[in-house]
Amino acid sequence: MNLPEYSRKMRQVEVLGINLLRLITLLTAVPVIGIIVFILIRGLPAISWEFLTQMPRDGMRAGGILPAIIGTVYLTLGTAIFSVPLGVAAGIYLAEYASDNATTRLIRIAIINLAGIPSVVYGLFGLGLFVLFLRLGTSILAASLTLSIMTLPVIISTTEEALRSVPNAFRVVSTSLGGTRWQTTWRITLPQAMPGVITGIILGLERAAGETAPILFTGAAFFLPRLPASPMDATMALPYHIFVISTSVPGMPLQIQYGTVLVLLVFVLGMNLLATLIRNRARARRQW
Amino acid sequence: MKAQRAALNERIINSLIKLAGYSSIVFVGLILIFLVREGLPALNDVSLKDLFGSRWYPIEGYFGILPLISGSLLVTVGAILIAIPLGIGTAVFLSEFSPSWLRNLLKPIIEVLAGLPSVVLGFLGIQIVAPFFRRFLDLPTGLTAFTGAVLLALISLPTIVSIAEDALNTVPPAYRQGALALGATNWQTAWGVTVPAARSGLLTALMLGIGRSIGETMAVMMVTGNAPVLPSGLNALFLPARTMTATIASEMGEVATGSPHYHVLFFIGIILFLISLVVNLTASSLSLRSRKRAERLLS
Repeated sequence: MNLPEYSRKMRQVEVLGINLLRLITLLTAVPVIGIIVFILIRGLPAISWEFLTQMPRDGMRAGGILPAIIGTVYLTLGTAIFSVPLGVAAGIYLAEYASDNATTRLIRIAIINLAGIPSVVYGLFGLGLFVLFLRLGTSILAASLTLSIMTLPVIISTTEEALRSVPNAFRVVSTSLGGTRWQTTWRITLPQAMPGVITGIILGLERAAGETAPILFTGAAFFLPRLPASPMDATMALPYHIFVISTSVPGMPLQIQYGTVLVLLVFVLGMNLLATLIRNRARARRQW
Repeated sequence: MKAQRAALNERIINSLIKLAGYSSIVFVGLILIFLVREGLPALNDVSLKDLFGSRWYPIEGYFGILPLISGSLLVTVGAILIAIPLGIGTAVFLSEFSPSWLRNLLKPIIEVLAGLPSVVLGFLGIQIVAPFFRRFLDLPTGLTAFTGAVLLALISLPTIVSIAEDALNTVPPAYRQGALALGATNWQTAWGVTVPAARSGLLTALMLGIGRSIGETMAVMMVTGNAPVLPSGLNALFLPARTMTATIASEMGEVATGSPHYHVLFFIGIILFLISLVVNLTASSLSLRSRKRAERLLS
């Protein structure tokens, strides 16, 4: 065998292959940037003070999108009220309390499954349990509860991971000074893990803010002439509003559609950016 | 006295935390119970034969869910065929060939895709992707299973890339060094050693990508054209279709509570729940097995 000949061929295959992978990677990354730039360009002309602060007019074909913005804020806060304490406590249990036994494994399997259940199935569940069985009706409360359960796995897993990354020396010292498990967790471990926990909370809520399917039958309204007055009212929400105006309202001006998409995108990606900033800052400051 | 109160507080807090820890099991159970409670009566309303029939036309009492199941399969298979080469290729490039500055730039960009709400992708599907395919492929409508598959591929890519890349990263460096020392090129090492060593992690990535695709609702509902017909051949990919998720989302708002239609929609929910259960359990047992194998090899 002619060795230089062979290795030249190999070299060609390698160069070709790597370039192909470069192209594939480009194909994966470019749409993301394209989508964001495109929505910015098409959506920005619609954004004005009136658009953000007024009620819709003319069958939503004019005016602002205030009720959808307010609704998404309400739903996100409502989700946080239920999912943050429960999710963080469950994360604490898994990282600081649970021993490695069958029950713990069952909990982990349950979390994995919660994370994988389709969003529309959460919608069905919310309809069955909160709207009908508990008689909350289609309301902000029912929708928030549904979104909370969907958000739980994200918050639990990131909380556990953040707590586990705190070096054991912290726990050993606290315990040796007479701290109980809860005192150690509350005063020492949790504060150390806080940036990671907050990042997880924001990422979970980001997902809740952008979801449509779970709120379809649990709290989202097509159009409301007034802002919701209590947690028992249904509400408009940005993601559902985008669905409505892009599929069910004939003659909807494109500019309003792109503008609404841009507002949701800023809301969601803003949360994403915040989470990244908190994580990076904490990493830079960490002393261990 | 004070110490006693503190001990009592501690006990209460500890039981609350334990309760929270168990809550996930409770919720999975509740979800199953309520799906079954509302969905199982479908079997009383509609015979099993009709339920798995090939005609979905609820207004006239036809509740055959086969077209919906096949619609979901069609769109998901299409999505995975697009997403496998793109996802695995990107993961291999990022973990084996990319300079680290490029990886640090591209990984967050791809992860942003995971954060985009599916309704936003559905909107772009209607505005951009569907009209493009209608003109480019000369179809009567751009709202087809294929358009849905393309969007689903985009949606499942971040999951596949990020898990596959993690799997490749956990392959011990000794494997690569061994191959390189034997004279293999970087290319040969990547495909002959690293990728096979990470295969269960790569399979996990694929399984979770499939899970995301089957469960995806809004984007699919907006771009697949909502036609619940049984696919008759390969060209079905370029015709309108309707998935299980889209059917629930678009019809649940209009049905009367307790009607046969209502029960059947919940029954479809049970099927989706079971599919996601199987997909996720398989994925997690795969990744568990790969971790155990790595531990054994390195010990």
